[in-house]
Amino acid sequence: MNGTESIRSNLAGNGNIRPVAVQRWGALVGGAALAIFGVTRRSPLGVALAAGGGAIAIAGVRANRKQQESFATSSVLLSCTPNEAFSFWHDFENLPRFMNHLESVKVTGNRRSRWIAIGPVGYKVQWDAEIVNERENELIAWRSLPGSEIDVEGSVEFRPAPGNRGTLVTASVRYLPPAGKLGNIVAKLFGKDPNFLMRQDLRRFKALVETGEIPTTIGQTHGPRDLSTGVMRIVDPDQSIRGESRISELVTAQRRAS
Amino acid sequence: MKAVCWMGVEKISVENVPDPQILNPRDAIVRITSTCICGSDLHLYDGFMPTMEQGDILGHEFMGEVVEVGSGINPDKLKVGDRVVVPFTIACGSCFFCQRQLWSCCDNSNPNAWMAEQLMGYSPSGLFGYTHMLGGYAGGQAQFARVPFADVGPLKIPDGMRDDQVVFLSDIFPTGYFGAENADIKPGDTVAIWGCGPVGQFAIRSAFMLGAERVIAIDRFPYRLQLAKDGGAETINYEEVDDVVQVLKDMTGNIGPDSCIDAVGMEAEGHSIPFMVDRAKQVLKLQVDRPNVLRQCIQACRKGGTVSVPGVYGGFIDKVPMGAFMNKALTMKTGQTHMMRFMQPLLERIQHGDIDPSFVISHRVSIDQAPKMYEIFRDKQDHCTKVVLDPWANGARAA
Repeated sequence: MNGTESIRSNLAGNGNIRPVAVQRWGALVGGAALAIFGVTRRSPLGVALAAGGGAIAIAGVRANRKQQESFATSSVLLSCTPNEAFSFWHDFENLPRFMNHLESVKVTGNRRSRWIAIGPVGYKVQWDAEIVNERENELIAWRSLPGSEIDVEGSVEFRPAPGNRGTLVTASVRYLPPAGKLGNIVAKLFGKDPNFLMRQDLRRFKALVETGEIPTTIGQTHGPRDLSTGVMRIVDPDQSIRGESRISELVTAQRRAS
Repeated sequence: MKAVCWMGVEKISVENVPDPQILNPRDAIVRITSTCICGSDLHLYDGFMPTMEQGDILGHEFMGEVVEVGSGINPDKLKVGDRVVVPFTIACGSCFFCQRQLWSCCDNSNPNAWMAEQLMGYSPSGLFGYTHMLGGYAGGQAQFARVPFADVGPLKIPDGMRDDQVVFLSDIFPTGYFGAENADIKPGDTVAIWGCGPVGQFAIRSAFMLGAERVIAIDRFPYRLQLAKDGGAETINYEEVDDVVQVLKDMTGNIGPDSCIDAVGMEAEGHSIPFMVDRAKQVLKLQVDRPNVLRQCIQACRKGGTVSVPGVYGGFIDKVPMGAFMNKALTMKTGQTHMMRFMQPLLERIQHGDIDPSFVISHRVSIDQAPKMYEIFRDKQDHCTKVVLDPWANGARAA
């Protein structure tokens, strides 16, 4: 869609990473030198120096990752009219009901809203956004205001599906996390696979519009869990990732067999 | 409350767990009066279904009394005190699939739909007491259960009908009927049915209801074959013949059955070399399912006939005779049962006295005996056909 292109075109010229690069190479070279020096000492102090140097070098390599633009898009078929789907989404205060990483969205004025997202260990990120394009029952597009902690753009389109099957909803979001620690938090917030999170959000949106609720088993009763499951639940409460490996292993085994 | 929990492969125990609670507006809580062990629970018991977790509550064939309803339930649809049979598939009633009566394909009832999508492309509906890939909903081999979308699935039972008569409306009777309906039976047809477990037994009787003239039932346990004979079927004990397909040809003048029904699924038994290979692959996790019955169905079915598969499969199978399937112009129909299509009409059949489903029951025991019964049922000891558990036997409730 041209929404996608406009989102991408807005990113041009956003690559001021020079000072970061200097720091990174400094850490890498300096840390590596320290490590080599430490290793050649063959003494407890040498080991400590080597370890410290290695850590600095690793940190340097890590910092090397520049902040990456993320883009996600997905679509879902809803058995309702475009008007019903549009109205539900247009009230931005509804969004946290199906977008799990959002704590709240408050409408703060004409076309403006304040968004608060919850990151890892309860860290909050907030930004203000405004609606930049809107066609009733067809399209809503929004973006964060200049100077926000995070640079986000999103759009959602509503079209009647063929054969009177309801409404085809296509949503896209593009974000550029800020540099530094906040950037890492934002990156975690949106996950390793933004398309997956987008599909999950749209799935919940569909359930909410079609049935009035989102299916869940969170909080249901069960017998004693084993230790590893319990630990995994605490470490990674985002169940979206857990279990994936088991299924993919299975599928891989099948492919190998056939 | 007491609940039957999956604690690992071949490890089942009755645990004291917290009572279920309403989690969503359209939930209800049912106090369970009768609950059963299903053949598909044995796939979990044997560990052939991926995405189970220790502590999962089993069971998807149950009925009882509504003791609590969520704020989103219209009292005209369901209210406290109603006596209901709960279908094993969970359906929202308003998505594309529910609107087309494809209830077991509901798009909104599986909270872990993404898992199923990895394996199958799209997710079927959520199920009670099954794998996390299919929703991970706590099941009904317990004293209480939480029923989501309770204004859609549960069927109200009129006074005066016994639990034994109606509890199988939760799964196996509609599933056997759906298997027969999918076989596209025309008056005068000959139908072959592999598997004389409970679903096979209901498929036999449903095939006759739908106009079949001959039903040929295939199994290896004489007591199950006897039950099939009681239902009007001719029988083949596959352990006593060399080649089931040849026997079916001989019985039908080299035409073959018009329809073949696989009421066995992924854990088919057999005694051929391909079966041994399948079994080894399954143990090595190279193949999830053993498809020897499905192969026989395709091989035996007459040209232009229909293969119906109510038996449960979980993953992938090898060496499906696609050449036979294509060149003989066969049709295959399958699916988890679209329960809400069949529950009311089949209830009426029971009321009219066309059938008394309680004929399949071989064991009635207390829930405390469930772990032992899984073993007995799996190993077909003690002429076990169908186990009904009483969650409240032995008096006072635990915890």
